[in-house]
Amino acid sequence: MNQLVVMPVLIPLACAALSVLASRSARAQGIIGVVGTGALLAASILLLRTVLEHGVLALQIAGWPAPYGITLVADTLSAIMVVLGGITGFAVAIYALVDIDADRREAGFYPMLHVLLMGVCFSFVTGDAFNLYVCFEIMLIASFVLLALGGERMQMEGALKYVTLNLVSSAIFLSALGVLYGLTGTLNLAHLHQLMPGVAAEHPDLVAATAGLFLVSFGIKAGLFPLYFWLPSSYHTPPVAVSAIFAGLLTKVGVYALIRMFTLVFGDLEGAHRLLLILATLTMIAGVLGAVSQYHIRRILSFHIISQIGYMVVGLGLMVSPDPDVRRLGLLAAVFYIAHHIIVKANLFLIGGIVRRLRGTEELRDMGGLYRQMPWLAALFLVPALSLAGIPPLSGFWAKLSLFRAGLQAGQWVVVGAAIAAGVMTLMSMIKIWNEAFWKAPPETDATAAITIEPLDRGRLAVLLVPAVGLAVLTLLIGLFPGFLFDLAGRAAGELLDPTPYLEAVGAVATGGAP
Amino acid sequence: MRDSLILRTTTRVIMPLLLLFSFFELLRGHNEPGGGFVGGLLAAGGLCLYMLAHGVDDARRVLRVDPRVLIGVGLLLALAAGLVPVFQGAPFLTGVWAENKVPGIGKVSTVLLFDVGVYLVVAGTTLLMVLSLAARDEEEDDPC
Repeated sequence: MNQLVVMPVLIPLACAALSVLASRSARAQGIIGVVGTGALLAASILLLRTVLEHGVLALQIAGWPAPYGITLVADTLSAIMVVLGGITGFAVAIYALVDIDADRREAGFYPMLHVLLMGVCFSFVTGDAFNLYVCFEIMLIASFVLLALGGERMQMEGALKYVTLNLVSSAIFLSALGVLYGLTGTLNLAHLHQLMPGVAAEHPDLVAATAGLFLVSFGIKAGLFPLYFWLPSSYHTPPVAVSAIFAGLLTKVGVYALIRMFTLVFGDLEGAHRLLLILATLTMIAGVLGAVSQYHIRRILSFHIISQIGYMVVGLGLMVSPDPDVRRLGLLAAVFYIAHHIIVKANLFLIGGIVRRLRGTEELRDMGGLYRQMPWLAALFLVPALSLAGIPPLSGFWAKLSLFRAGLQAGQWVVVGAAIAAGVMTLMSMIKIWNEAFWKAPPETDATAAITIEPLDRGRLAVLLVPAVGLAVLTLLIGLFPGFLFDLAGRAAGELLDPTPYLEAVGAVATGGAP
Repeated sequence: MRDSLILRTTTRVIMPLLLLFSFFELLRGHNEPGGGFVGGLLAAGGLCLYMLAHGVDDARRVLRVDPRVLIGVGLLLALAAGLVPVFQGAPFLTGVWAENKVPGIGKVSTVLLFDVGVYLVVAGTTLLMVLSLAARDEEEDDPC
């Protein structure tokens, strides 16, 4: 049963190896892609069910006991994240069948997609801070390749910024790990949790500085204010399938790392949580403001990723409140928000990609008239778009509602006010896309020419639509039956606040052992 | 540098030695310095030498398989080595040893299988990089 924890890592690894072997056959690579990510999704759902039934699962690789060996742990939060990774991977693998051209496929798109998923899932289940670093590197190497594949000029410009900033972040992460190891003598997260109170009493300044290093490093990965500028300048450059999986998963790994570190290890560091709350509020506002002046679909959506990251981190920042109810509600909101956001955001990128194929451009000014041509596509776009803005009864409404409740209960009026303002501006942005792409009359100059740029027959269009419709249905289901996800998120929040089950599962960690 | 008689003659002697030595390192690596990683590098080094002496196309012919196949097979072998203990109920990647000794090698284990996987992945990756870069160089040189 415990072996299940390693499955979300092994399945993508096996798929990567198989699709390297099948590098000559497009068909085989496509099949491995869809079947492999499907298997990943199935395994992740099984993992979630097992965790719900039996509590936290832990696995010591090769049987070496914690804190010396490599620990893999799946609590409810990890399991939810892995399921979300599986959903996004599956959707993107189907979409990629049409979206990825032959050149990029031959250059290794599929193996890298699987390696990326492996890195993402690995970072969700690892129970060791150094391993988290390794997972980040796996993920980054794969994402560098995916971002640069094809080698268009604009892509290279985006990739350069992305690589530079992320390498800086990795370097900071590694130095933070070095300091942490020097302070405590361990990097096992459960062990760190046990040692931290003693160390913090002895070296409060050093612990605060280490937490600051982690905050900056994960902040860059997550796209937190003021470290987000790499994101909107790179996410719109690669093929849509690639930017959809980036938009859905990569920044959220940063948010997950923040949540894990600042509950389990630095859970009592009030200053860090206060700082997170302030940065998150600024992130929400800066993100939506950035989107206002943009007229490029994926750039608008990229800026909204940033503002949404702000919402998630606000949930974590509410840990600043001493009231356990507020803390629980805040974390619940953060987890719910991540789940809602990954599905919605990946879907918006996928639909944006379909619009781009139909119109041959991503500039909103050059589009129009899609509503008359395809009213159902306009409706399909509205589901994730309105959900992102938080209109009931879609998933975003419940995510925002629980966050507002936590904020109001904590008495953080400014934060809640900023969140409401950001929500209204998100709605304006989404309406802008809808108006420009779907509603307004197409520009008269070369309306007919624009439509014929990318011929798209029915079969290929259907393949592109399947994942988009699937994700939209998921958004609707979460919106109509939010109880299930609320329970899950509540359980995850409970485990984050009281990590006893987590510690027991990792087990064999000497209580209060000296470094 | 191509068509150097000295280099070609030396390669004929050194390349088999390098390959043999890479196997030696691979098998020795469990308790002593060596292992799959350095073995793979040595094997790739041997083929690189051949490539310098005879050109990229000949080196590919001698290798017989695409380097990418080496990577894929190596990854699968390492994965299989990790999965063997899972079927016996032990955690992933636990070392499992065979009962009887094989003369000259000792007890065969999943650890060795894992190392063979590493050997193939390292050799494949290095060759893939070197051969692609060298092929590009030759293309640029030829018109001159």
